[in-house]
Amino acid sequence: MHMSDALISPAVGGTMWVAAAGLVGYSARKMRHCLDSSRVPLMGVMGAFVFAAQMVNFTIPGTGSSGHLGGGLLLAILLGPSAGLITIASILTVQAMLFADGGLLALGSNIINMGFFPCFIAYPLVYLPLVGKKPGRGRIAIAATLAAVLGLQLGALGVVTETTMSGIADLPFAKFLLLMLPIHLAIGLVEGLATTAVVSFVWQARPDVLELADSPGDGRGRLGSVAVCLLVAAIVTGGVVSWFASTRPDGLEWSVAGVTGKAELAESTDGLHGALKRAQERTALLPDYDFAKTQEPARGGQAPAPEESSLGQWFAPSAGTTVSGLLGGGITLILVFLIGWALRRRAASAPSA
Amino acid sequence: MADIDSRMAEIGWLDRLASRDTPLHRIDPRAKLLTTLAFIVAVLSYGKYQLAPLMPLAIYPAVLIALGDVPLKFIARKLLIVSPFAIFVGLFNPLLDRQTMLTVGPLEISGGWVSYASILMRFVLTVSATLALVAGTGIHNVCRGLERLGVPSVFTVQVLLLYRYLFVLVNEGARMSRARALRSAGSRGMGLRVLGAMLGSLLLRTLDRAQRVHAAMCCRGFDGHVRTIEALRLRARDAAFLVGWLGVLALLRAFDLAGLLGAIATGGGR
Amino acid sequence: MSHHLVEAKDVHYSYSDGTQAMCGVSFRITHGESVAVVGANGAGKSTLLQHLSGCLLPGGGTVRIGDTLLTRKTLAIVRRTVGMVFQDPDDQLFMPTVWADVAFGPINLGLPADQVRSRVEHALETVGMSHVAGRPPYRLSGGEKRAVSIATVLSMDPSILVMDEPTSNLDPRARRRLIELLGTFTHTKIIATHDLDMAMELCGRTIVLSQGRIAADGPTADILRDESILAPCGLEKPLSLQGCPICSRQKR
Repeated sequence: MHMSDALISPAVGGTMWVAAAGLVGYSARKMRHCLDSSRVPLMGVMGAFVFAAQMVNFTIPGTGSSGHLGGGLLLAILLGPSAGLITIASILTVQAMLFADGGLLALGSNIINMGFFPCFIAYPLVYLPLVGKKPGRGRIAIAATLAAVLGLQLGALGVVTETTMSGIADLPFAKFLLLMLPIHLAIGLVEGLATTAVVSFVWQARPDVLELADSPGDGRGRLGSVAVCLLVAAIVTGGVVSWFASTRPDGLEWSVAGVTGKAELAESTDGLHGALKRAQERTALLPDYDFAKTQEPARGGQAPAPEESSLGQWFAPSAGTTVSGLLGGGITLILVFLIGWALRRRAASAPSA
Repeated sequence: MADIDSRMAEIGWLDRLASRDTPLHRIDPRAKLLTTLAFIVAVLSYGKYQLAPLMPLAIYPAVLIALGDVPLKFIARKLLIVSPFAIFVGLFNPLLDRQTMLTVGPLEISGGWVSYASILMRFVLTVSATLALVAGTGIHNVCRGLERLGVPSVFTVQVLLLYRYLFVLVNEGARMSRARALRSAGSRGMGLRVLGAMLGSLLLRTLDRAQRVHAAMCCRGFDGHVRTIEALRLRARDAAFLVGWLGVLALLRAFDLAGLLGAIATGGGR
Repeated sequence: MSHHLVEAKDVHYSYSDGTQAMCGVSFRITHGESVAVVGANGAGKSTLLQHLSGCLLPGGGTVRIGDTLLTRKTLAIVRRTVGMVFQDPDDQLFMPTVWADVAFGPINLGLPADQVRSRVEHALETVGMSHVAGRPPYRLSGGEKRAVSIATVLSMDPSILVMDEPTSNLDPRARRRLIELLGTFTHTKIIATHDLDMAMELCGRTIVLSQGRIAADGPTADILRDESILAPCGLEKPLSLQGCPICSRQKR
């Protein structure tokens, strides 16, 4: 579920970073309004709890496999959306640093996928209305399960959208979505069951605990939802724009050409293209082994979508993946290794000042 | 259970690495954070079929690893056990993109394999740089750096408290898990009801602990804000590290070193 | 020296679930006294300590620390005067490093940075923990954690030290070191404990709590020798007063 640095483009990662930073800042400001100093240790220790709980595997009923708690929804239920979001963001940050789960640039996406959706969508729009004023075992179970499923489906949608927009992975949007949604339906059900189990235990043992969450029903909450909607709009537009701008220049060109009826932009990029191609030709000293992407359709009936082959074409001249390039890359890797080795020896022999 | 212990052992290893004193540790965390971010952006800014130009960028994690004296075994193990999402999703590339991009003698390599190799390269580069950064800085100093770079302290304090109590709570959780395992007569997994009760009681204990921690904070004058007077000073050497690396990254991004070297090598070979 | 005075008058407290934890506790502790608070589990020791350190406000009756009556308004003053050492050092040491933890209190007092530094240094030196200043608290041994916990309180320069089970979970040598350390302090000390031998060594006076009431209050040597006081409160004579276990078994 963690988005990975390896699959994300700087534009998408950057956009999501800005969105996540805005969300954390918004939540932090909202927390300052209901300042209760006991929340500081509460959130920290709860974050550690979810982190620890994630390490406990349990058996999924009816199957032999095991799962673990995700925690976003649970944190929202126990702490409220703002505190829940900050806590899940801190969990994701620590995971990115300790386990390299996700990654530093993908952190923004992960905060949105695993924090924003459960805390600001699933919790207020599904869990709260369903659980009502008087929770009971059944209500908690239904509300938590549905909210967890929705949260994870949205999260999966986020992962798919961000991955396809980044354009590093080849899986087309629809196929990827068809792959991810059922998997996350199962994960969501498990998450729902686990959340239900914990929340109903707490509800029986210490019902007062469930009242710790800050109520989103006050006036500020409404302002908050406006801000959240704006944020979503910003993410979507920012994401779409960066998608076109970064990974589908042909799409941008096409739409620009479609709008203006001219192809000036395309020509000018063609010029750049040509220059790059000439540079490529000049530097390529192994013409036989050179870049030779054929334009034949792929074998096995797995014909790529038309825009994908044009995408390949687009990247082709500047791709720089040639045998001689790879050879050069190999040489640099060896050099890098030697430099690292020498540096380490020097560092080891130098007295630590 | 076993995986809890091994994951905690991993964290402990990283934590011990982070608490040493090496040339990398002595660099200001802000400089390291910014260069690492710039590095990651640089790596990810290449097109999906650009494999060779990525390779010279390995110099950054290599230097971090060397300066921080980070064991290669540590990085390698982390790379192997880290979340397989990218590796899994990337596997579709060779399946979907079968157009031949590269021919080496009789061998035809499809664009999918090239882009998959590029994904793996990105993965190795970004993960090793991140791990080397943390192993050579420590979570505490990373957070201090983040705070100085303008991240709200509400957030960094959360990260630090989480990290602090992780060690306490995982121990508590592992004890409970062990107690359950000892009394469950060899049955492998744990049912949901047991999980609910176990995590539930761990949660209640956690809430009690939060109250006690809060009491302990209040007894020492806590008013909702965690302050610190540990100053960070950006010295000439930190600035040099930052500027130097930004320059190197910019140069590597602008000029295809791998291509040049390859051209020289093959040219010389002819 | 009236600011070192600790006085409780008819203190009552019940928790939100209705448990009566304090029912009319009164005592007066004067400057420099070292008092052990003993009693079975659930006798109300921790609740009493929380009143003395300004973590709880009395439900009825009054608590006076020095010249200050404990109220919501005076919490800050009381907390500055009283240093509370919690039972579990993991609750007390919440900052990322020992140094930052010991500095937490002085910084909150609003002291200038150089004064904070000298206080931290001094406190760590007093408990003999200067060498672990840069370490994170989770990488300390039980004894080190306890000593650092005490340093975090000493750095606030309190006049009164309140401690909850300072010798629990310590190995014998760490316990011995801690007792020696506490013996060097001139503060007024109030120590809740099950370690009656430590009470014998450190505290001239003992207060016995039973079910939220004071069952006995007097010189430690007298009280801990008196089975008629100890037995009904779920306590036993300290080992040091029980005679040699090997010799006494031979007599039987």
